[in-house]
Amino acid sequence: MASPANKAFLDPLLENNPIALQVLGICSALAVTTKLETSIVMCAAVVFVLTLSNFSISLIRDQIPSSIRIIVQLTIIASLVIVADQLLKAYLFEISKQLSVFVGLIITNCIIMGRAEAFAMQNGPALSVADGLGNGFGYSLVLIVTGTIRELFGAGKLMGYSVLPLVTEGGWYNPNGIMLTSAGAFFIIGFLIWGLRTWKPNQIEEEG
Amino acid sequence: MQHSVRYTILFAALVCVVCAILVSTAAVSLSDLQDANATLDKRKNMLSAAGLIEAGQPVSAQQVEEIFKNIKTVAVDLESGKENTDIDPANYDQQKAQKDPEMSREIPPNPSVIKRLPTYAVVYHVLDDQGQVKMIVLPIEGYGLWGTLYGFLALDADTKTIRGLTYYQHKETPGLGGEVDNPSWKALWPGRVAFDENWEPAIKVIKGKVGPPSEAPHQVDGLSGATITSRGVTNMLDFWLGENGFGPYLENFRKSR
Repeated sequence: MASPANKAFLDPLLENNPIALQVLGICSALAVTTKLETSIVMCAAVVFVLTLSNFSISLIRDQIPSSIRIIVQLTIIASLVIVADQLLKAYLFEISKQLSVFVGLIITNCIIMGRAEAFAMQNGPALSVADGLGNGFGYSLVLIVTGTIRELFGAGKLMGYSVLPLVTEGGWYNPNGIMLTSAGAFFIIGFLIWGLRTWKPNQIEEEG
Repeated sequence: MQHSVRYTILFAALVCVVCAILVSTAAVSLSDLQDANATLDKRKNMLSAAGLIEAGQPVSAQQVEEIFKNIKTVAVDLESGKENTDIDPANYDQQKAQKDPEMSREIPPNPSVIKRLPTYAVVYHVLDDQGQVKMIVLPIEGYGLWGTLYGFLALDADTKTIRGLTYYQHKETPGLGGEVDNPSWKALWPGRVAFDENWEPAIKVIKGKVGPPSEAPHQVDGLSGATITSRGVTNMLDFWLGENGFGPYLENFRKSR
């Protein structure tokens, strides 16, 4: 059997993926995945915030008065998000301009509040870090796959480098514009969820 | 677990203090880097308006520094249109001055919703190898649909031929008015003529297809689905090229040549 820390880290990747199974954090998954580069930076920011918020909330979980626990969680998460945003503005200015409000909106990403309330409030710091990393990477997995498909088929590029030469630039590839719209991202994530649930039928929800 | 009210309030205060220290430490310690980035970004936009760098291409800070050796920054008194040598344009913040009552003045209502004008504006002269001005880059701003657009207009040394228009900050709808920073729309600008024969601002963004500059010197094809943004662009060009904007300065510049 896997140790609890392994389980906390590995489960959210495929078995209990925050986007594919719980369908959380969809907003940013649609908004920032038009390019692989922005997807990766967004993922890094979410992993950073999620891991540190899980860790710090877990550290003080026995001291937080339960009547104000949500607002305390929110304060910690919001502070971490501001720090992440400031770091991006200082070191990755161009990308932070493209991500614009979506870094700030990590505050409202349900995955982070969800993990704080559901996991970090009940478990120790080490396990919470593993859970934060696992959920962060689970989110990243979906974003990076979506970002790769969207940039490759929507713009013929990966990380800004031309992979499929476009007709407009003298190549042969006619870009699929729907990939660059939010609707395209919906389709891709929908297909990902379909594929995952066909592979692992226990993820299918019972019809009620 | 139940806690006393006293404990809860103290706990909340403590969390706030710790978070505030964290956030302000990050903000203060990174502000120099962020300011440098913002300045570099503004310079890059100015250079891309002037066509000295290609928009969207990666340019290092050193390259920008190198190009800026051929650029003279000039402070201009907007009302008289004269250059001012008393203030150092490198350390002059035009947007800050605009909010300072002693460094700016109120102006009559205008379609660009500009309420105050700074006494001095910063203008860039792009010099050729002989040190002669070959291009003038003017900072412009004005209201679009959702907020103020900030950008640069590059004019030829004849002060009427447009060499480029770039916006570096705006809040227009992505995909509609936000297309003001689309390279293919920006490519429509160079070669258009900003003034008519009487030196009145004549350049307009209109609806419908517009031919090349030789056929339609004063017109630019509007952004589809963004009538109000397009109108905002026309209004602000009209304002900044007119008597309240850089009109007097451009007139002096022409006379001095």
